[in-house]
Amino acid sequence: MRIEIQNLTKKFGAFAALKDISMGIESGELLALLGPSGCGKTTLLRVLAGLEFADGGSIRFDGTDATNQSVRARKVGFVFQHYALFRHINVFENIAFGLRVRSRKMRPARYVIDAKVKELLNLVKLEEMSGRYPSQLSGGQRQRVALARALAVEPRVLLLDEPFGALDAKVRQELRRLHDEIHITSVFVTHDQEEALEVADRVVVMNEGRVEQIGAPEKVYHQPATPFVYNFLGHVNLFRGRVEGDKIYIGNMEIELPENAQRDGKTATVYVRPHLLEIEEQPNHHNHFRATVKHIHAAGPQVKVELMTEWGDLIHVEISQKRYRALRLQRDVEVFVTPKEKKVFMAMETA
Amino acid sequence: MFIDTDSKSLQAQSPDFPFRIFKGKPKTRVTTEPAFVRWGLITIALVFLGLFVIMPLIIVFGSALEQGVKAYLAAMYEPDALAAIRLTLLTAAVAVPLNLVFGVVATWAIAKFDFKGKNILITLIDLPFSVSPVVSGLIYVLIFGLQGWLGPWLNERDIKIIFAVPGIVMATIFITFPFVARELIPLMQAQGVEEEEEAAISLGASGWQTFFRVTLPNVKWGLLHGVILCNARAMGEFGAVSVVSGHIRGLTNTMTLHVEILYNEYNSVAAFAVASLLALLALATLALKSIVEWKTRTSKKIKSKNDKKKERNEN
Repeated sequence: MRIEIQNLTKKFGAFAALKDISMGIESGELLALLGPSGCGKTTLLRVLAGLEFADGGSIRFDGTDATNQSVRARKVGFVFQHYALFRHINVFENIAFGLRVRSRKMRPARYVIDAKVKELLNLVKLEEMSGRYPSQLSGGQRQRVALARALAVEPRVLLLDEPFGALDAKVRQELRRLHDEIHITSVFVTHDQEEALEVADRVVVMNEGRVEQIGAPEKVYHQPATPFVYNFLGHVNLFRGRVEGDKIYIGNMEIELPENAQRDGKTATVYVRPHLLEIEEQPNHHNHFRATVKHIHAAGPQVKVELMTEWGDLIHVEISQKRYRALRLQRDVEVFVTPKEKKVFMAMETA
Repeated sequence: MFIDTDSKSLQAQSPDFPFRIFKGKPKTRVTTEPAFVRWGLITIALVFLGLFVIMPLIIVFGSALEQGVKAYLAAMYEPDALAAIRLTLLTAAVAVPLNLVFGVVATWAIAKFDFKGKNILITLIDLPFSVSPVVSGLIYVLIFGLQGWLGPWLNERDIKIIFAVPGIVMATIFITFPFVARELIPLMQAQGVEEEEEAAISLGASGWQTFFRVTLPNVKWGLLHGVILCNARAMGEFGAVSVVSGHIRGLTNTMTLHVEILYNEYNSVAAFAVASLLALLALATLALKSIVEWKTRTSKKIKSKNDKKKERNEN
């Protein structure tokens, strides 16, 4: 099902949770709403579900206006952050709930419900757990029950609030696998950028009630539209430099001015990701600056090095383990930092 | 102490002898107090319980049976006593269901909606607990009594409330009102319940279905607990009922009032016989409550054990 959101606003008292949100959600896609806590992502999800109502703007489900429809009328599947399983009934009855509460005319026959629940238990791989109560399940199992319960009513869209909360990374693949099996339009909320980039078809980055950027994971990662997105998706170093003609001078380093940089004034701000910088023992003519090693974090696939630049800023550089061993880095040693390629620095329109 | 000298030989006889613990097991948890503190506190609690709860109970039954079972039963089958028992049962039968409904409705209003004066409502619910029952009774007399506000109007229409059954029922409802609501408010305000209700509605359940299938099962033990306590108090209430009843034998005497009258007439066997019924009711209430709690716990435990066994066998 296709969802169109136009100029959605929502206030809680004086606090504006959603400020003029517009976006489209394509049929069958897995969309992530990504942002720090308090950015409005969960509110947006709840407004989509009909658990909250917007103050302004509209929501269309497949072209029909759903802005003021009740939760029941919208036919959405909602997976709550803490799963909200019914404590007093077992897994089987939890999943069957949505079918059992239907009016007599709409309710499937008992054996149809049984078959449907078994099919869903099979889908989420919980056949053995059907007689258990929620309190007897692990976090991951609970989540799968919540998912199966939401799917039982054959919703038009699946909405998941922080579905991976405190769960391990394996569950992410699980959701991806499930989505690829049933192809239901799905929206999930997360504050974890890795999660969003790994699982989603498209990512919506939100901040302070606004949409910062919408795009495929590689696009928002490699071509962030705003400084916020750049900052939020992974580490980033920030440099201020003098502008002279088409160049920026940062310390002794001379780099080409990125196309979209603001040219007015004498200074410009550019960003670069830690893994796009290199550490050298020897100066390489004019494309470098001096820095002192302050901290080395060598556990992990990449070695993270924290350095103090000659003008007194702290920056992060990521190098490979191999390179780290070759350099034999020590704390408080002076080294030279240089960009790996020519065009690694980015500028932002609102820098 | 006296147990310490014997404990070695006792322990030698049976390794599981309960006094073993007096020897002071190694500390296993930081929150565990030294043995003398633990046992000191337990002893104090038990002595208190024995002195103030168990001894009076024994005395009630002892005095009731002082002149044999025959006298005991005779006191019970006496027409005034039977009338008092009937009235008490009637009062509870009206007051408890009404307070069940009122309690659920009030809790619903408090837990689900925000409105002006909500805090006043919460405070008012507690009023019957904080006001002396005698005062509660007097309030009814002031409102419905002959010299009260509504007295003349009621008198004209020949409706009797004070010194009649309706007054007793109303006073009892007032006194027992907080039990159900007090028990339910924290349960219904708990975060989890609200999420479960949202989940039910998102799955297509109507308001009533959500209430009966999700909300009520979630709070049912609290509700039952409240009802049991409400019932115990409804049958045991003395002060408020005493003010509004008028003590008309065979007509407006409840069991508690009947006990008082008998006792004042130095008919202690009869007084304690009726009192023992009230005590039995209290014991039954406790037993019921414990069974309810125990059953819910074990039914779930057994299930999970079986499941785990099954799993192990399959692996």
